Amino acid sequence: MADFEPKIVGILCNWCSYAGADLAGTSRLKYPENIRIIKVPCSGRVNPLFIIKCFQQEGIDGVLVSGCHPGDCHYTTGNYYARRKFALMNKMLDFMGIEKGRVQFSWVSGGEGAKWAKVVEKVVADIKKLGPFTKFK
Amino acid sequence: MIEDLKEKAKELLTSKKVDVVIGYEAGTYKDYASPSFAKTAKDVDRFVWNKNCVNNLAIYITKAKGKVGIIAKGCDVKSIIGIIQENQINREDVVIIGIACDGVEIDGEKADKCNFCDVHTPKIYDILIGDKIESKESSQDKYKEVAEIENKSPEERWKYWKDTLSKCIRCYACRQVCPLCYCDKCFVDTTVPQWIPMSVNEDNNMMFHMIRAYHMASRCIGCGECQRACPMNIPLNILSKKMTKEVEEMFGYTPGVDIEAKPAIQDFNKKEDPDKEFIM
Repeated sequence: MADFEPKIVGILCNWCSYAGADLAGTSRLKYPENIRIIKVPCSGRVNPLFIIKCFQQEGIDGVLVSGCHPGDCHYTTGNYYARRKFALMNKMLDFMGIEKGRVQFSWVSGGEGAKWAKVVEKVVADIKKLGPFTKFK
Repeated sequence: MIEDLKEKAKELLTSKKVDVVIGYEAGTYKDYASPSFAKTAKDVDRFVWNKNCVNNLAIYITKAKGKVGIIAKGCDVKSIIGIIQENQINREDVVIIGIACDGVEIDGEKADKCNFCDVHTPKIYDILIGDKIESKESSQDKYKEVAEIENKSPEERWKYWKDTLSKCIRCYACRQVCPLCYCDKCFVDTTVPQWIPMSVNEDNNMMFHMIRAYHMASRCIGCGECQRACPMNIPLNILSKKMTKEVEEMFGYTPGVDIEAKPAIQDFNKKEDPDKEFIM
């Protein structure tokens, strides 16, 4: 399993996390290239079905969902609703027996390019430890 | 009790206060009751009320046209509260004929939900049939089955659900029977995008049941109709109960209690919602 390179889907909000990831790029920060990014208008847009759908795709080993910090949402309250949804999703996945760490959540603002790089590093390291995702396939 | 009920239903229909009264009639088989729809005073004569009236009739109020009168037990009223909270029907358009109920039976045995009943007298009603019954605090642990699964390891949990849900034939009876599953188009029926493949196999079943249970979070009042309707005897209640438990613990919200409250998933608490525990 030493050479296992996971594929991770990143679902990022347009206003903060996507800009944060962009900043990481323009700042020439290095982080693992295992992540594939999907841009959504707001973390409140993330339907739990998106996460389930990701896992149906061949070769996807993990999902990272990221949005603005609470209080910073471009739409004022989108991420507060999202937070409740994620909290429930997290408990649900755990209850069904999907390992902790397959689906992760983070708040990354537009100015936190360095945090973004760290978050991706952590997620990739966690999923490398868990190995390939074979459930649902 | 039944005479009183019939009289009140007839009065509602003859005075044109409602267009239809939904109640129970004797089923085809012994020990079963079926839903019954009375549009005239004559139809009301079919109505029955006994231990077999298990069905949650709240499912029909979102589908009926015009003003509806509904015969509802305490648990059914909880569903009606949920439907009104989510603006699927106006409070003015439904006349709730509440029944003081001290438990119903499925196949001669006390229904599971009745063991934890806290609404022997409905929370809200326009007309009450029977005398008020005091609700006692149940000594049994409502979340016993949930805790049993929570105590397993992730691998065991996965195996348990995989074995349990592999029986599912995806007939969607659980969805059809649920009063709070009122969407015109269900996520499993859409083909563009196709969220979950139509084919019946373990993985697709798992995904369907995860999302079905997820949609029940902050809505499910535990009437147990999904489990009763299931032809494969899958313990669907456990999944819904788990979500109710989490909603209670994390957001302090219990579905089907307060008609004015916002359902937990349509609301938020800036300060107290879990955050640092699981979000980086």
